[in-house]
Amino acid sequence: MIRFDQVSVRYADAAAPVLRDVDLHIEEGELCLVVGRTGVGKSTLLGAVNGLVPHFTGGTLAGRVTVDGRDTAHHPPRELADVVGVVGQDPAAGFVTDTVEEELAYTMEQLAIPADVMRKRVEETLDLLGLADLRHRPLAGLSGGQQQRVAIGSVLTAHPRVLVLDEPTSALDPTAAEEVLATVTRLVHDLGVTVLLAEHRLERVVQYADRIVHLTGDGGVTSGDPATVFRTADVAPPVVDLGRLAGWDPLPLSVRDARRAARPLRERLAGQPVPPARPERPPTGSGGGPLLSARGVVVRHGQTVAVREANLDLYAGEVTALMGRNGSGKSSLLWALHGAGPRQAGTVRVAPRTEDAPGAAQQAARRGLFGGRRNRGPRGAVALVPQTPADLLHLETVAAELAQADRESGTAAGHARGILDRLAPGIEGATHPRDLSEGRRLALVLAVQLAAAPSVVLLDEPTRGLDYPAKQALTGIVNALAAQGRTVVISTHDVEFAAAAADRVAVMAEGEIVADGPTAQIIVSSPAFAPQPAKILAPLAFLTVDQVKRALAQLAGAR
Amino acid sequence: MKGVRKHPGEPTAGGDLRPVPARSAPRLARGLHPVAWWIWGLALAVAVSRTTNPLLLALVPAVLGAVVSERRSDAPWARGFRYYLWLALTVVALRVLFRCVFTGADAPGDHVLLTLPHVPLPRWYSGVRVGGPVALEAVLSAAVDGLRLACLLCCVGAAGTLANPKRALRVLPGALYELGVAVTVAMSVAPQLVESVQRVARARRLRPDPATGPRAVRAILVPVLEDALERSLRLAAAMDARGYGRAGTATRRDRRTTAALMLLGMLGLCTGAYGLLDASAPPAFGLPALLAGSLLCCAGLALGGRRVRRTAYRPDPWRAPEWSVALGGCLCAGVLVAAARQDPAALNPGLYPLAWPPLPWLPAAAILLAGAAAFAAPPPVRTVPSPGSEAVATRVSGEKAPGDKGSSDTASGGKAPSSEVPADRAPTHGKSPRKAPAALDPAPVSKPAALASPAPATPEDPT
Repeated sequence: MIRFDQVSVRYADAAAPVLRDVDLHIEEGELCLVVGRTGVGKSTLLGAVNGLVPHFTGGTLAGRVTVDGRDTAHHPPRELADVVGVVGQDPAAGFVTDTVEEELAYTMEQLAIPADVMRKRVEETLDLLGLADLRHRPLAGLSGGQQQRVAIGSVLTAHPRVLVLDEPTSALDPTAAEEVLATVTRLVHDLGVTVLLAEHRLERVVQYADRIVHLTGDGGVTSGDPATVFRTADVAPPVVDLGRLAGWDPLPLSVRDARRAARPLRERLAGQPVPPARPERPPTGSGGGPLLSARGVVVRHGQTVAVREANLDLYAGEVTALMGRNGSGKSSLLWALHGAGPRQAGTVRVAPRTEDAPGAAQQAARRGLFGGRRNRGPRGAVALVPQTPADLLHLETVAAELAQADRESGTAAGHARGILDRLAPGIEGATHPRDLSEGRRLALVLAVQLAAAPSVVLLDEPTRGLDYPAKQALTGIVNALAAQGRTVVISTHDVEFAAAAADRVAVMAEGEIVADGPTAQIIVSSPAFAPQPAKILAPLAFLTVDQVKRALAQLAGAR
Repeated sequence: MKGVRKHPGEPTAGGDLRPVPARSAPRLARGLHPVAWWIWGLALAVAVSRTTNPLLLALVPAVLGAVVSERRSDAPWARGFRYYLWLALTVVALRVLFRCVFTGADAPGDHVLLTLPHVPLPRWYSGVRVGGPVALEAVLSAAVDGLRLACLLCCVGAAGTLANPKRALRVLPGALYELGVAVTVAMSVAPQLVESVQRVARARRLRPDPATGPRAVRAILVPVLEDALERSLRLAAAMDARGYGRAGTATRRDRRTTAALMLLGMLGLCTGAYGLLDASAPPAFGLPALLAGSLLCCAGLALGGRRVRRTAYRPDPWRAPEWSVALGGCLCAGVLVAAARQDPAALNPGLYPLAWPPLPWLPAAAILLAGAAAFAAPPPVRTVPSPGSEAVATRVSGEKAPGDKGSSDTASGGKAPSSEVPADRAPTHGKSPRKAPAALDPAPVSKPAALASPAPATPEDPT
């Protein structure tokens, strides 16, 4: 169906080609998963399938890509629209019209399909993707999962043979991701559509894949059966990590297979004490009281209540994960805790830092009445990194941003640079912030926000778009912040990340905090939220592969 | 179940299909073809341009108002007619005001209403007089002129209010397709831009000491523009991947011929419009030039349309109502054009001597006939029953018998089911003005709470 013959792609002024001599053949009706670290060329590979690379993006493509017998060299993307359907990372950015039904018809209109056929296909697609109730709704008002399904539907109406999806679930909560993936597998199994899919959150999709295409990072590609490729791949979901650690063969890819293979391991670990998932907390500095204490916080946006009388205490050295489905009020709570967002009722108290002058609090209060700075604590005591960190950056170079941060927070020049070097060493000062990878840009914004030495650090969905190594690096950063006696709150959908990075989990639903407690307690007890190792090794309370590794090391040492 | 088991698929009435008389069901609600509304509106505008008879002119806004209030939908653009009315009133008032201030030369028998203080102007500016006696004739002629202009505005405004602009864009000929897409995309991008500005402005407050003044503008503008640029690139990629701009069958020569045809056609249209609107122009400039111009334009558009090949989803049908609305408008225009030639005194009555203008019955009937569009057009699709149509709505629902489900099903399979949208929109948007008091209600309660909260929120007391 899709054939790459000796394909190399090189962008102008890039030192090395992104893809080098790629030979790849994807059969009809396969669900093919493209994996690899950030920046190894997954999007380039996907773009080459329908000719967006190089017709739209520029660059040079050597070799030959054929889809359903058509050579992309002679067919620009628009001439392949009836064979390949492409859904980008942000479905909302690709919408041309403004209601669901018109969006579904758009591709067909371009392909000059007769009106009666169009009408029939729109109705079929509405049913196939479960969108019938939404047909007249404006696209902007849909949830993330619904938008993604509309985007898939809008290319499906042209009856393409190939569907290309670039990170379809990365911005979605687990339930919405399930919805989208169920749709995709249904297309593969019922309609025989060939699906090429790139995804960071491998634990969600690996079990459905028929073939893995692994980009090794040097421009090369290995492709094959999932169980074989994941023996050596540099990115892997926890279930594969555990399988590798335990030396299971064949490598299990789903929790079910792993659970069957894990019986001997469970027996070995049965009597073993579970090592802590997280480093021990340092003794709390400020007398054990909370650094931040919120009582009865209410946030309303118009008629809807985003946060309903939430209470939260944050202690020094603690990392809290804030979980819950999209729209459950996580962001609103974080913004209200910071003080920059609206808060209709309730109090938020922030403990003064040691370096705050004794009069700082009163001063802030007075400026609050007249200076329009209500709601805020002492300057910079609470830092928040928003969902789109790039919104905070507006200068041309990293160095300029850091210098600006130093000026704003009144610290000595080079202070912010020092923080950045500790977080993510090796970022050139002359780089444009937009050119940084997702993870590095996050580190830059963190450095900017940390320059004022906040005692409370709030991170709003920092893990989207991060691969496993980047998430590990983020875990390291968060640990370091906690070790300095700060408290960190991370809102996230990523259970595996929360299991490894958080001491405590608070779950929100409909604006209320419905559960709050130690990570192990909260996420192991929930079937939807439990991380893969916990599901595999239940009833043993292991949350991460790292814990299993340490427990096995202890066993070996004891022998 | 029983019937199915007996004999599936067999018609119950044997072989003869007797027509079952439809109960007097209300007409299906649908939007009239936008082109029909535009033809109607523009034809009325042509009619208006032929007369200065204040009685006929006064009839036009009345007819327009009746049609608009009866047949507009409840979409945002459909609420615009009142702004056109205000604009029209302003035009009349300005016209009269200027005529009072800048008094011209007055005829001997003029009825002087009042005398404003005269402002002497330099000699070389003698053509204009400011102040002085204001004659009734001058005021009346200004008012009639203003009224005519106001009526033209209202005609265009009524067409814009009644026709769905998005659907109007979709009937653009293939050659102008790109223009339509650009407008559609711009309409969807504008709210995104606003959202982007709000998000960045909010994020800026996260910095410990947000910049102010020109630096703040920069801090908001740069991320917003970068965001917009990235978004438009992604949109372009998505449109390309979805087949936008697929090659049609046009060749290079076709394209040149298209350009030539369009240029000539436009020229013809301009001359024709000038000839029609200005009664003193030579007759060859009028209808013939207009017809030749539109023919050339149509040919050009048809040829240019071969550049793209596409179809329209759910195209608006052109049926009897469309014909009757468009023809009604054209008939009205025709009658007035003919009448202006036959009986100029009745359509353009003079102000000397000052007399009550006559009411020519045929043109008046023609204008009223154009107003019949209010009944010729099918009822519009309304998602929320508007206060004016409540009587109609109750009557309609009263007529619908419980067994009449078939017709209501086809209605919901048609354009836009009237009950579905408000049901799921209601919780998110505070939908109707009637809700407003309830929305305002919590404010007095929450405001003191919000004011009280900052004091404890700031850490005056170390914990």
